[in-house]
Amino acid sequence: MRTIHTRMGDGYMVELSAEDVRADLEAGSADAVRRGKVPPLEDGELDYLFELFAHPSRIMGVEPGHEVVLTKDGSVNTLYSAQLSSGVGLPLSREQCFRVFERAFGFDTMEIGHPDYSFKPVKPIVALEAIGVEQALLSAIIPVFYGAMPNFGLYARPDGPFANPADLLPRGQIPEAREAQMEMAEACREDMLYVSHVMDEMGADGINFDTTASAGDAEFLATLQAVEELAATTDLAIEVGMAAEFVLGFHGEVEYKGTRLAGMWPHQQVKVVEQAGAHLFGPVVNTNSRKSVPWNVARAVALVKECSRVAEIPIHANVGMGVGGVPMFEVPPSDCLTRASAAMVEIGRVDGL
Amino acid sequence: MSIGHALASGMGGIRTTGDLVARMQLRKKMRLPEAKKYVADKLGVGVVDLTDSTVMRGLREELDIGVITAVPGAPKGIEAKVRIAKLLDVDIPCLKRLGLE
Repeated sequence: MRTIHTRMGDGYMVELSAEDVRADLEAGSADAVRRGKVPPLEDGELDYLFELFAHPSRIMGVEPGHEVVLTKDGSVNTLYSAQLSSGVGLPLSREQCFRVFERAFGFDTMEIGHPDYSFKPVKPIVALEAIGVEQALLSAIIPVFYGAMPNFGLYARPDGPFANPADLLPRGQIPEAREAQMEMAEACREDMLYVSHVMDEMGADGINFDTTASAGDAEFLATLQAVEELAATTDLAIEVGMAAEFVLGFHGEVEYKGTRLAGMWPHQQVKVVEQAGAHLFGPVVNTNSRKSVPWNVARAVALVKECSRVAEIPIHANVGMGVGGVPMFEVPPSDCLTRASAAMVEIGRVDGL
Repeated sequence: MSIGHALASGMGGIRTTGDLVARMQLRKKMRLPEAKKYVADKLGVGVVDLTDSTVMRGLREELDIGVITAVPGAPKGIEAKVRIAKLLDVDIPCLKRLGLE
């Protein structure tokens, strides 16, 4: 009986029969259909995915000519930061790291970002961040983004000034929780705009809003409103990368231009992001660590494929630790990472990663 | 992880034309096929050549838009971007800020 070495969504190796791999691919696709209300993967696409996972090579890739543009969230923190950013702790400056990504790794674009990668802590030291962007712009050829997370939770007590909706909701104080979220949204939006305008003044090529909607629909609204203003008033290319596969209705009644945000899946999220004026959209599909990587990759590409189909702006899918079919493990194994990467391009039809 | 993607799926940045195609996505919101065709037409090559480092290493040097290896006198940073903006007929924000567009 033929067996195939692959992994589970937690990163640990598993040996599956060919029949089990095929069954997992079909089940992953079916789960995407059930949850996201998207079309299933076609037989030819399932065949491709099966061959991808059945191939004995450690490293896989796209066909020559199918390569895509790479953007990166988390910026150069990957090299100089610590475990908190999945960093490897190299004694390099951000400017040095940027050059490493450009010339040693061959990345198409790169970000400058703060080690505490959120807009709220960046605001008081934005001058330092601006210097980092400015230096990168002078010495680099590839486009320079500035990246940070809205990170809504920082605006609620004890970290921020506003009442914490997570405390109010269990007490049944729903109107108070909604009011707190709208106050947080206003403060979060102001911080995002403040930092982004400074980066625009520096001449940054773009701004990346990472892990958007991590705290749900009110955070998504704040980001969309910031995107709308920046699209109208700056020269920045705007990338919106999501935090999760659907928008949590922590508020529940938030709308953007008449469309309710809670419960949106990637093919719905992209339409409001486009409407706000963004240039790139980064969908997320969360990895289920109790399912196999074939299951997770099939599910991820089915959801992203529909997003790519309806999109009018470039789609840069998130394919990293715990998303896009990649195992939820600190050191994502290359055998799974490269398969998820290729699958997202060849089947997901993305414009970038 | 980044290197995994760069090898599996990435366009290769300034090894090839990844930075150029990226600029068309960022400035014009072009989807990938349109962005690749636009850049290929501007460079006078086929789309399949865009990620061929053998072709692009020489072409980038010929066009003076910056190459991946550290060649003395080859344009770097702002100098390369001025030429890229002209080649692609596209705005690059930092050049506007410096009055170099």
